[in-house]
Amino acid sequence: MSATPVDSLASALSALDVPCERTTPGEFEETLAEHCRGSAVGVPLEGVDAALSGTDVTVDPTPAELDAATTGVTQASFAVADYGSVVIPTTETGTELVSLFVDRHVAVLDEADVLPGMEAAFDRFGEELRAEAGSGIVATGPSATADMGELVRGAHGPSEVRVIVLEGDDE
Amino acid sequence: MSKADRLREVMAAEGEAVNENTQGFNAGRYESVARLEDYEELKEEARSIKEDAIERLPELIDELRESVEANGGTLYVADDAEDANDYVRSVVDDRDAERVVKSKSMTSEEIDVNEALARDGVDVVETDLGEWVLQVADEAPSHIVAPAIHKSREDIARLFTERFDPDEPLETAEELTAFAREHLGERIEDAEVGMTGANFVTADTGTMALVTSEGNARKSVAATDTQIAVAGVEKVIPSVEDLRPFVELIGRSGTGQDITSYVSLLTPPVGTPTIDFDDDETPISTFDGDRDFHLVLIDNGRLAMREDEDLRETLYCIRCSACSNSCANFQQVGGHAFGGETYSGGIATGWETGIEGLDTAAEFNDLCTGCTRCVDACPVGIDIPWINTVVRDRINHGGEDWEFDFLVDGLTPDEETGSPSLQKRFFGNFETVAKAGSALAPLSNWLADASVSRAAMQRVLGIDARRDLPEFRRETLVDWFADRDVAIEEPRRRVVLYPDLYTNHVQVERGKAAVRVLEALGVDVVVPPAPSSGRAPLSQGMVSTARDHAERVSAALEPYVEAGRDVVVVEPSDHALFEREYERLLDEASFERLASNAYEVMEFVYGLLDNGAPADALAGGDGEEIAYHSHCQQRTLGLEPHTVAVLEELGYDVLTSDVECCGMAGSFGYKEEYYDVSVAVGDELREQFTDDAARDRTVVASGTSCLDQLDDLLERPTMHPIQLLAE
Ligand code: SF4
Repeated sequence: MSATPVDSLASALSALDVPCERTTPGEFEETLAEHCRGSAVGVPLEGVDAALSGTDVTVDPTPAELDAATTGVTQASFAVADYGSVVIPTTETGTELVSLFVDRHVAVLDEADVLPGMEAAFDRFGEELRAEAGSGIVATGPSATADMGELVRGAHGPSEVRVIVLEGDDE
Repeated sequence: MSKADRLREVMAAEGEAVNENTQGFNAGRYESVARLEDYEELKEEARSIKEDAIERLPELIDELRESVEANGGTLYVADDAEDANDYVRSVVDDRDAERVVKSKSMTSEEIDVNEALARDGVDVVETDLGEWVLQVADEAPSHIVAPAIHKSREDIARLFTERFDPDEPLETAEELTAFAREHLGERIEDAEVGMTGANFVTADTGTMALVTSEGNARKSVAATDTQIAVAGVEKVIPSVEDLRPFVELIGRSGTGQDITSYVSLLTPPVGTPTIDFDDDETPISTFDGDRDFHLVLIDNGRLAMREDEDLRETLYCIRCSACSNSCANFQQVGGHAFGGETYSGGIATGWETGIEGLDTAAEFNDLCTGCTRCVDACPVGIDIPWINTVVRDRINHGGEDWEFDFLVDGLTPDEETGSPSLQKRFFGNFETVAKAGSALAPLSNWLADASVSRAAMQRVLGIDARRDLPEFRRETLVDWFADRDVAIEEPRRRVVLYPDLYTNHVQVERGKAAVRVLEALGVDVVVPPAPSSGRAPLSQGMVSTARDHAERVSAALEPYVEAGRDVVVVEPSDHALFEREYERLLDEASFERLASNAYEVMEFVYGLLDNGAPADALAGGDGEEIAYHSHCQQRTLGLEPHTVAVLEELGYDVLTSDVECCGMAGSFGYKEEYYDVSVAVGDELREQFTDDAARDRTVVASGTSCLDQLDDLLERPTMHPIQLLAE
């Protein structure tokens, strides 16, 4: 069996020390709970067969709640398998804020949105950005800096990233 | 302070940190690009996008203006630093902003926007940790990607302790980062204006790409309601899809990361809600996302560079820093010596000439030795050494009438308009020196070595008295060859061996060995007199003299090529000239003819053996252990493997050096102002060749300069690999 895009995503993420969890809609809440640390905030998931409403995640938090949170749960618009990148959209619900002003970012995405490589990713960006002037962050692993003498994770942004891929129930 | 003293001082204070970091990046680059299947194609794609974009720049800027305005932002094209600063100040003033948080951008360094805003009483905070360290220390960046690369962890800890007197002592990188993150985090949340650079801006959508590893640029945009992006006009590319090769190349080329943590594709004004961080009642989604966006594109000399044949390529630069990291001299001295007011490293000469002027570029331009190691490293294939050479030429001529150079071309051999320094003229006219040296040898050698004349040479010509000078041979290679009478029956190939200056006058033994090896393999060889290649004047930035040499060499060798002979070249720096720089010095047809028929001697031997010539006609290695140092320009052309393959086929056990350059680089290591840098670079080669694995190995090297340097560094005799084959 040849490697699926999700397989390559998982292996690229593991090289970045980012756990990649595959789960089904039925088991989503349980899986997510394992990956939240401290108080968790999130933005509503859209267009996937899962929701945050039944979890401990505070959806649409106040800025003060965001400031106090350790974990932020957002949806990724898509992923780039061979780089282990997830694409974080900027939304009116504050996806960018929730993914950035926390120490652990949990990105949720549908397996159908895992693209093989950069070529596919930029074809998609081209179409989307020309259609509507959107924005997206290609995020690969946690934020990092080597400016203080050696590599440190968590420079301004999250120091930990988790990726949850939603796969079909029917296997 | 003399230049030599200043370089020594910089090396003592910053050399170690710069060395360690740049070499780490450089090694990372090799590893990361090796993981790309289509590396060369990506580079070509990246280059052609840039070529096209710069060609169509005015048109793309118009398209971009429409896109930005359609998105609700403003595009301002500033003529120069002052114009740009005035615009930025007016935006900040309209917003009544007290604080601007800024993410790293070279263009904003270039215009000194921080100072301009500070004069208005605005608090400007650098949020990139490296930039912030420099802001606290009140220092200039020393590297285009890692601005505080010259500071060690201990330096930073000392600085923070002094400046902030923290409650807990700060020591580890984690502690320092956490402290900075805390300190800056509060300032970001309180700021009104976020200022960023832009690595690329796409004309079709008005999208800007920001390549970062820290989250500060994202935070600076998300936490403020007014965004100003400043970038050079050259950052505009046609479409979103065009970003792809750059995104795949930029991190790998610079720091050796396959991709940086964040590549932000922002089409401002971004829709993220602008929140009040203290609010504990209103859900985030209730805040609106109203933002102001101003894109300030800065000309500041760039549009004139676009019209300048030789400087234009500078505008293709994506500021990845690969040229700095791969540069052996930069690795020793860093950007505080090898750089101008803003930019540093190999490409800095082009940038500083274009935006600041020749005077600024002149201060560090000579630190480029033309070794070409940056050429393959550059993801957009800029011929950085050529830009350095041309600028050196303009500096020689005081920046005036440099076009005139081309008019006198060919009419006045060995004569330059304007006035390169005496030292440059000496090295640039080394052919004359060598001819006289051989004619007067051994008297000339004896005289040159006498302490009185060495002192005079140092005083008048700046030739460091600590260097051994080349010893001229009374009988040149051409003379020796003329006296021989060897006939090859049914030759396998027929060649003309190019008697380069050193092989002809100094390293005559390697020339003789080359002839013997070729003949042993059934090759008919001729060694006619020929002019020197022009490498020496070219290194001094004497372009018209070099062009004159090139034309005479081409004329001298052409009849042989037409008669079906291949050109075999012993000296790799001359071979590289035939293959690379002559393209700029000769007409196309002459260049093609020479370049396509010229071979480096070991490359040629490789080809002969590969085509069935009998290896047993040559001296075998019988397992002998040797240490081989290839030559920078030979490596850039991908020719090191041929030598290694031949030596291995003949039974040698070969260990190769893994430094970028030996540090001698032609005249560079002879010059008193650069002697110490040259020796510091060479020290890495010395270390490798004197460690346990190499200490007892015979040392061979391809280039004359490398051999000179190795002779000085090691206490072992050295030779050219061809000499092993002839023994
Ligand atoms: S010249 Fe080339 S290698 Fe140097 S910074 Fe620019 S793009 Fe990178």
